[in-house]
Amino acid sequence: MFGRLTWQAIPWSEPIPLIAAGGVGFLLAAVVGWVFVKGYAPYMWKEWITSVDHKRIGVMYCLLALVMLLRGFSDALMMRSQQAVAFHGGGYLPPDHYNQIFSAHGTIMIFFVAMPFVIGLMNFVVPLQLGIRDVAFPTLNSVSFWLTAAGALLVNISLVVGEFARTGWLPYPPLSELQYSPGVGVDYYLWSLQISGAGTLLSGINLVTTILKMRAPGMSYTRMPVFCWTALASNLLIVAAFPVLTAVTAMLLLDRYLGFHFFTNEMGGNPMMFVNLIWVWGHPEVYILVLPAFGVFSEVISTFSGKPLFGYRSMVAATMAICLLSWLVWLHHFFTMGAGADVNGFFGIMTMIIAVPTGVKVYNWLFTMYGGKVRFEPPMLWSIGFMVTFVIGGMTGVLMAVPPADFVLHNSLFLVAHFHNVIIGGVLFGLFAGYNYWFPKAFGFRLDEKWGKRAFWLWFVGFYAAFMPLYVLGLLGMTRRMQHFDRPEWYPWVLAAAAGAGLITLGIGAQIVQLVVSIRNRAALRDITGDPWDGRTLEWATASPPPAFNFAVMPNVKGEEPYWGMKTKARELAHLLTAEPSYQPISVPRNTATGVVTAFFAVVIGFAMIWRIYWLAGIGFVGLYAAFVAFAWRNRSEEEIPAAEVARRDRDNRFVRSSVLAEGASQ
Amino acid sequence: MRLRALALLLCVTAALGGCTQGILDPQGPIADGERLILLDALAIMLLIAVPTILATLWFAWWFRASNRAALYRPTWAYSDKLEVIVWAIPALVVLFLGGVAWTGAHQLDPARPIESSLRPLEIQVVSLDWRWLFIYPEQHIATINRLVIPIGTPVHFRITSSSVMNVFFVPRIGGEIYAMNGMATQLNLLARNVGRFPGLSAQFSGDGFSDMAFNTDVVSEKGFRDFVRGASASSKRLDGSEYISLSRQSTSAEVKLFGKVASGIFDDIVSRRLPPGSGPGPAAQAIMSQKGM
Amino acid sequence: MSVVTSFSPVDPHHLGHSNLSLGTEWEEARGHGEGGPASKSVIVSYGFWIFLLSDIVMFSAFFAAYQVLAGTASDAAPSFDLSNVAIETGCLLLSSFLCGVASLCANRRRLFGTEIFLFLTGVLGAVFLTLEIREFVDLIQQHQGPADGAYYSAFFALVGCHGLHITAGLLWLGTMMAQIFAKGFRQDILRRLTCFSLFWHALDIVWVAIFSLVYLMRFAP
Repeated sequence: MFGRLTWQAIPWSEPIPLIAAGGVGFLLAAVVGWVFVKGYAPYMWKEWITSVDHKRIGVMYCLLALVMLLRGFSDALMMRSQQAVAFHGGGYLPPDHYNQIFSAHGTIMIFFVAMPFVIGLMNFVVPLQLGIRDVAFPTLNSVSFWLTAAGALLVNISLVVGEFARTGWLPYPPLSELQYSPGVGVDYYLWSLQISGAGTLLSGINLVTTILKMRAPGMSYTRMPVFCWTALASNLLIVAAFPVLTAVTAMLLLDRYLGFHFFTNEMGGNPMMFVNLIWVWGHPEVYILVLPAFGVFSEVISTFSGKPLFGYRSMVAATMAICLLSWLVWLHHFFTMGAGADVNGFFGIMTMIIAVPTGVKVYNWLFTMYGGKVRFEPPMLWSIGFMVTFVIGGMTGVLMAVPPADFVLHNSLFLVAHFHNVIIGGVLFGLFAGYNYWFPKAFGFRLDEKWGKRAFWLWFVGFYAAFMPLYVLGLLGMTRRMQHFDRPEWYPWVLAAAAGAGLITLGIGAQIVQLVVSIRNRAALRDITGDPWDGRTLEWATASPPPAFNFAVMPNVKGEEPYWGMKTKARELAHLLTAEPSYQPISVPRNTATGVVTAFFAVVIGFAMIWRIYWLAGIGFVGLYAAFVAFAWRNRSEEEIPAAEVARRDRDNRFVRSSVLAEGASQ
Repeated sequence: MRLRALALLLCVTAALGGCTQGILDPQGPIADGERLILLDALAIMLLIAVPTILATLWFAWWFRASNRAALYRPTWAYSDKLEVIVWAIPALVVLFLGGVAWTGAHQLDPARPIESSLRPLEIQVVSLDWRWLFIYPEQHIATINRLVIPIGTPVHFRITSSSVMNVFFVPRIGGEIYAMNGMATQLNLLARNVGRFPGLSAQFSGDGFSDMAFNTDVVSEKGFRDFVRGASASSKRLDGSEYISLSRQSTSAEVKLFGKVASGIFDDIVSRRLPPGSGPGPAAQAIMSQKGM
Repeated sequence: MSVVTSFSPVDPHHLGHSNLSLGTEWEEARGHGEGGPASKSVIVSYGFWIFLLSDIVMFSAFFAAYQVLAGTASDAAPSFDLSNVAIETGCLLLSSFLCGVASLCANRRRLFGTEIFLFLTGVLGAVFLTLEIREFVDLIQQHQGPADGAYYSAFFALVGCHGLHITAGLLWLGTMMAQIFAKGFRQDILRRLTCFSLFWHALDIVWVAIFSLVYLMRFAP
């Protein structure tokens, strides 16, 4: 009746997951209880859960990412502490636990921290920077977010009910086949990824269409902010790469559920094909993550240097070059699989070629600072920290792109240090810079600067303390994913890495404190004009937070850096450039529960398929179809914001900006 | 005070350890070549990376807003000369490094035989869950978790797996190569110095993965003959049924010696005439199904 | 906000170039995006095209797997009934044509014509599906099913993936027919009908690739 699901699926006899699950469950119940008791539930439903506004969805993506960062980081702490106590011993985590933990760590960090954070920032910022009202398909946007959240939910359910995959974050066969992983762990991984992968693909389609077909009048391609260019490149990669992930995941699912032989040892299966296909997706995936981070840095460095970005066109060319070249390097993830010298050599050279446009970008940021007036607020600190750290990480990547060097470094802790170097130093630092930079736009008040700087320094020093020892360990011959070891020369470095992880914990703590303190002091930190950083792009032309319709009148873009141009002129004249427009009513898409309902049935289907409860999966599919029909059947998809309301919101902002300009003139 | 001294001692030993262990302390020509390429590539990259990092810190500091001495150029956003330099220098470096990568990939290709006047020693390697089986086809012996090779002699490895993917790796003697069921990969190594060197698997292969450590003993010619004689004296026989029982999952790392080896057994494993390992055994299955796994 | 209001009958989907002087609306949808956001029908079709391209990438992954695993086929390759395949192909091509006729009827707001041709499109799609399922059952009974070897796995996955798309398409088609009947030719329903037609034609193109590469050539050199 319930497939493979029994009461034994809950880890009654294992204290660690039981306590973790209990703790999380308690927290969840407390939060939900608080929401209901305080009467916030209708507000949450109407304003957030059923919202199709790109700004709200962007915030929810980022919130999901930050919460999952805590889970993924807890996994990391467990891994470091296990290795720190497992010298000549078993440590406190038996192998089957430890293996789940590092698999969950990688899966969560890539799919449920980095991806949602990046997509959330792009969702929030791109329509504002393009000078438009929303993305191309607002309801689809909501569906995308909730499907991603559904995938995250499934991964977290695996902590309580059943187990997670014990294969690493990419489940290489034959280990991930039913014969060698008979449990439900790999199934949790596969279904979670299929569901959230669908969400991501839809989001990619949405943003590509938005950027290519919906920009403010006058905004040609060469007047688009660089963040929008990097968002375009990243989303093009999503559209082209995620279908491959869908296909490979489906193939492994077919092997496991219906006895297919894509990757089995016997009957003609080809495990090497999995490795190739998954990395054909996997390498563009890392560029999907890092390109928007590069875009954030372009925005932040130019704003906080008080200068336009140096070499705009070569930045765009470099971005699109990276987008294209990222398809031609996938084999560098398995030089040691024996493809032969010609193939290895080709992919090694291609990997180095892709370092060229990346280097060009670094120099462009360098020359943006040159001749500027650099202000060291937290977003800029993260950016400078990135420039230093990413160069090191990129360097070690080029080192491993030389096949003979990779022959001794593949899968070692040197590799682990390299990719954390570029993902943390590149992607995460960029996301934190973007978080600090656009927080006032989203919420109307800035984040506390003192705690922001403390968080940066703790993260920065902690990162080096945690990962430089891993480079050394790789050179000392230590491989990744070891639950215990007995080589004495590794021990001091393992301890050092654990200490570094402790510092990063303090950094995360500082970020939590930053948020709490900022909320408490929000009156003092209020962003009154909507332009707290003296920004250069169009999102800073709106109020903070922007009204649902973003712009009362769509701006007419007359040159690069349109907002900077308008602002400079307005400062000269000491008043706003345009007279008050004649306000029209604005149509905005209506909220809908389609997203959350779709995701609900997706979770039902995923959970049912994992435990082989096929009748329940059938109900899930019926529910999905019903949600689709309900959405298709609605008669009104938009509602109108009356002209008076538009006028009120816009006049408030115009008044504040005029006052500031007048003040500026009188000083 | 004691804590400080301990920390210092730890750091110093660790730092020293970095240079005399691991892949930076090669014990054979293949590992030598790999280390050389690594260090050369590192030096070339540092030539670019270090000035870039220093320039970043310098520009950020000099052009800080409070520095009145720095010249503010609010509209300077393009320079032909700089564009050319900024594209050209990385391109040239990559061109050079690319050549290094191409020639290195060919010279150090694992399948490339090592030039030597001596006849290569053939060793066949099978990765089990979770141990290593080493077969010496010409000496008709085999071992579990003990690899012995004679000094200065090229060794030609053929490697396969009984089940899941693993990677055969002896860091101080040479590079890694995947072990995959149904296929035989190749590796050519040579050890220059006598000693005992650690070996491991570098591809995660399941719950017993961390136990896949083995020792590689590089011995003199006489030492090798003694080893072969000692192994031949063992009464254990490696044949099909012994292989099948070895291919069951086990974390027992006990060194075993086999005095008789059925001929062609490695090819039988590669061709799957002997079936792949069966994965979790019935006892493990029972525990897992209790937990709903 | 700029809005394209009139419907140029000569080139209703704005496929032409800007040197055709056909009124100011051209300057707004030129592709350089300088006229502001494109109209909703352009945006919806464009987005759906991007989705179709991504779907074709997914099929490419299955094609690639098929080609790799086709090398494992022993001489006993699947015994394809090519006349069955020919009928299936005919059904699909004809259903695509009838779908096009249905679109023409929809353009002229003819309810009966639209519904009848959509219905026939669906019937032919259902015939295709029935023939395919029968083929699959036969193969499985002859021990040439997906669990019998990697080559068959790749075949069933590739052709089956296409069949699943057809099934989803039929479900969508039924829903569209009901919508048009219940609500008439509303703008958003017309946009959805365009998307459905694109989907159906794309599946036809994928089928041509399958039928050529898998059934006729078997990727064999």
